[in-house]
Amino acid sequence: MTDAPLDPRERSAIIRDSLGVGVATGAYGVGFGAVSVAAGLSVAQTCALSLLVFTGASQFALVGVVAAGGAPISGALTALLLGTRNTLYGLRMAPLLRFTGWRRATAAHVLIDESTAMGVTRETTEAARVGFLTTGVSIFVLWNLATFLGAVAGNAIGDPRRYGLDAAVGAAFLALLWPRLHGRRNQLVAVAAAAVALATVPVVPAGVPVLAAAAVALLAGLLTRGEPA
Amino acid sequence: MIWVAIVAAGIGCYLLKLAGLSVPPRVLERPLVERVADLIPVALLAALIAVQVCARGHELVVDARALGLGVAVVLLLLRAPFLVVVFGAALVAALVRLA
Repeated sequence: MTDAPLDPRERSAIIRDSLGVGVATGAYGVGFGAVSVAAGLSVAQTCALSLLVFTGASQFALVGVVAAGGAPISGALTALLLGTRNTLYGLRMAPLLRFTGWRRATAAHVLIDESTAMGVTRETTEAARVGFLTTGVSIFVLWNLATFLGAVAGNAIGDPRRYGLDAAVGAAFLALLWPRLHGRRNQLVAVAAAAVALATVPVVPAGVPVLAAAAVALLAGLLTRGEPA
Repeated sequence: MIWVAIVAAGIGCYLLKLAGLSVPPRVLERPLVERVADLIPVALLAALIAVQVCARGHELVVDARALGLGVAVVLLLLRAPFLVVVFGAALVAALVRLA
């Protein structure tokens, strides 16, 4: 990592790419807003999730568990488990970004999949910061605006099942899972986790099947010691 | 209860992010921890799909949602963007229910 100043042309290229990712990702917020009110959350609760939690998969998970009739706390636990991957992103980004104090505390809020992806490949601290912050901040602004629009629209149309919005939740999870299905181990874990969840649905309170499936990840991690990812 | 869950998830998810930027890498960067952390999203998302699509209360059912998921698979194979996948699945489920 060097402190070399950033060439203005490289800087505009990074900003352009990052804004592109920011606009494309921020727009998903419409889907989250619509799905969240379909799950029974109010517009205010939906917007609070996007403002406070701000990590897409965790937000979808919380409203998904609530939509399935689970206790909100089971939803929050699922959201936290999904949020653990951001900790790993942070470990990777910390030596690149080299933020301290209030800058680090602020940057942490926009530490998500996309901002990490747009920052982690850079050669200098300044380039990493430009990619990370441009992506993270543009997604934050657009994701929250889009959430509000989606929630208001979702609220206005009445019974969400008539528009198939309950089916949209499963599709959203699948789209988030899709890029992670590389490799035999990940595919087996996905199938086993789905099987555990379905097998436990009839016998445990709603929300618990998803948490039970997390055990599959733990078990697979322990058993596949030494195998390449 | 929902508000408690929202605030708890918000604080927790933020602290998980901040921890990553603040903790010395060696504390967490072990092969087992990394492997499990990589697999947890896979397991949770797969379980969420299964429950979201097949469960109605404590029953397992196959209905329009399953068809919506099938449509999502096709759209993902065609590399459709996220919003097309999500609303494509909704549209097909809605149409099936009309029929």
